[in-house]
Amino acid sequence: MNKLLKVLVLAEHDGAQLNTSVYQSVSAAQTWGAPVDLLIIGKATNAVAKQASSLAGLQRVLRVDAAHLEHLLAEDAANIIVRIANEYQAILAANSSFSRNILPRVAAMLDVAMITDVLQINGSNTYTRSIYAGNVISTVQSLDVTQILTVHASNFAITKQGADAEIVELEAPAISSKSRWLSQQQSQSHRPALSSAKVVVSGGRSLGSAEKFEQLLSPLANRLGAALGATRAAVDAGYAPNDIQVGQTGVVVAPDLYIAIGVSGAIQHTYGMKDSKIVVAINHDPNASIFQVADYGLVADLFEAVPELIASITPAH
Amino acid sequence: MKILVAVKRVVDYNIKVYVKPDGSNVDIEGLKMSMNPFDENAVEESLRLKEKGIAREVVAVSLGNTLNQDVLRHALAMGADRAILVETDAELQPLAVAKLLKAVVERENPDLILLGKQAIDSDAGQAGQMLAALLNCGQGTYVSTINIENDEVIVTREVDGGTETLAISLPAVLTTDLRLNEPRFVKLPNLMMARKKQIETIAATDLGVVAEPRFNVLNVSAPPTRKSGIRVNSVQELLQKLSDLEGITL
Ligand SMILES: Cc1cc2nc3c(=O)[nH]c(=O)nc-3n(C[C@H](O)[C@H](O)[C@H](O)COP(=O)(O)OP(=O)(O)OC[C@H]3O[C@@H](n4cnc5c(N)ncnc54)[C@H](O)[C@@H]3O)c2cc1C
Ligand SMILES: Nc1ncnc2c1ncn2[C@@H]1O[C@H](COP(=O)(O)O)[C@@H](O)[C@H]1O
Repeated sequence: MNKLLKVLVLAEHDGAQLNTSVYQSVSAAQTWGAPVDLLIIGKATNAVAKQASSLAGLQRVLRVDAAHLEHLLAEDAANIIVRIANEYQAILAANSSFSRNILPRVAAMLDVAMITDVLQINGSNTYTRSIYAGNVISTVQSLDVTQILTVHASNFAITKQGADAEIVELEAPAISSKSRWLSQQQSQSHRPALSSAKVVVSGGRSLGSAEKFEQLLSPLANRLGAALGATRAAVDAGYAPNDIQVGQTGVVVAPDLYIAIGVSGAIQHTYGMKDSKIVVAINHDPNASIFQVADYGLVADLFEAVPELIASITPAH
Repeated sequence: MKILVAVKRVVDYNIKVYVKPDGSNVDIEGLKMSMNPFDENAVEESLRLKEKGIAREVVAVSLGNTLNQDVLRHALAMGADRAILVETDAELQPLAVAKLLKAVVERENPDLILLGKQAIDSDAGQAGQMLAALLNCGQGTYVSTINIENDEVIVTREVDGGTETLAISLPAVLTTDLRLNEPRFVKLPNLMMARKKQIETIAATDLGVVAEPRFNVLNVSAPPTRKSGIRVNSVQELLQKLSDLEGITL
């Protein structure tokens, strides 16, 4: 790597606000010590761009705004990024279903590799990431001129605010028209977002029904101001919606407190929660593997322990 | 319509892998290998489209050494019409997979190309999107429903916070979510029959694709383990310990 160019961060937002993971991806981008630009794509992104311009350490906020970008399609996003890619040594985003949909397409268009879900950036082109559902840590060195990666947001600090970066408008390329957005179903929840919640209460298949899942875990989550999570077995059984699945193929969380209730602790599940600060597990099987990652393990029947736990907690205000 | 479905041979998802003592790589010698779970969903969905009379032919393709014949036989036993092995001993990274698959697509001209959303060994989750880019066609990732309407495929995508529905022009590349379906069990007679079926083999070198690695693995290691925790005997003790040792009052 000879010349230090610039780094581009792709921002995820909902049209009104930046996703909190953007703050972490911006600090990841600063590892190179090169100027960092943040790219915001969407429709009516004024407020989001304004919010972004206050992030410390940004040189510019690039805004690509057009009506057809409201529900962003991978084809359009990739075309936008590829157009400006040659200015950048590295292009990254926080790892999520949003970025993983777009960046591999960009990488292939640029004929470079992509490195998914980077845990640590070690030098200009060397990265640590996990493979085999978190069972193995692998250090890889990229041979490409342009580095494309997604970063494991919770491993990176949150960028400070209070700066005032320049906002630059870029023209959107023509619409790609290979696909059309039809609709979306956002799961409505009054609870904090799972991926950024401070406390997560997760339930497994052993809850036995959607009613029990709700009846036992909701009051607990409410009292703790927690987000609800679930195992894939619980999701498959229809006890919980798909988007709260924690694990290798679901959401990765790293809250201050994770409470696993009736969860066996399959590696695919623990992949998604083992970076939590404190893990509490309640399971009636003393040999359940969840206890291997739990700081506090209670061997008990959840149908007795959870009501007792709820009754012992001071309700949240 | 014709469907091409890409299947990877990976260490079975139930098996825990360990790193070699010298940290050079993962030790997979002698471990049980299976079709990547997401690819099984992809094969299953292709077969359902055929059973509904929408697809005419389902072709399974795998890239790798001759051992990959076992996942292709599994696809044939599930009901795929044909199987293609693109043979190479090289370690294939997602961009190389996409380039080789593109060459196969150009030979086979499928209307729909299905891949898994991620291989559970490398956890990359890239090949489908890369293939769509190289073919310059539309992509639908993490799909949990697939419907064909005229010359479009309508998919539901599982995304953070909910789902999204897209219409994508054919030919299109889709990657499957586990929720798409429950793959069928393979019956023994079908497996026996699949043993007799021909697997077409193409040498990767004959496809004219440069599939060199774009990154080197410097080393692998076991992940840091969490410090061993303690057992508590009651809910009250749990609350007490959280308060005394962690300063957390629930
Ligand atoms: C490719 C692939 C990807 C996957 N991705 C994910 C993923 O992202 N996330 C995920 O979670 N899983 C994932 N899985 C599934 C995973 O392998 C496990 O099957 C799943 O996590 C098990 O869920 P569970 O713990 O709810 O159920 P089980 O394994 O059935 O465990 C139930 C647990 O509850 C305990 N229990 C039962 N009754 C009681 C009671 N009354 N009181 C207390 N404890 C009780 C039991 O002792 C047991 O430990 C994936 C699997 C595959 C193949
Ligand atoms: N060697 C391979 N042979 C066939 N298909 C593959 C191979 N490697 C990856 N794929 C396909 O690409 C998908 C995503 O892989 P990856 O991008 O490596 O996570 C897999 O689910 C397979 O459908």
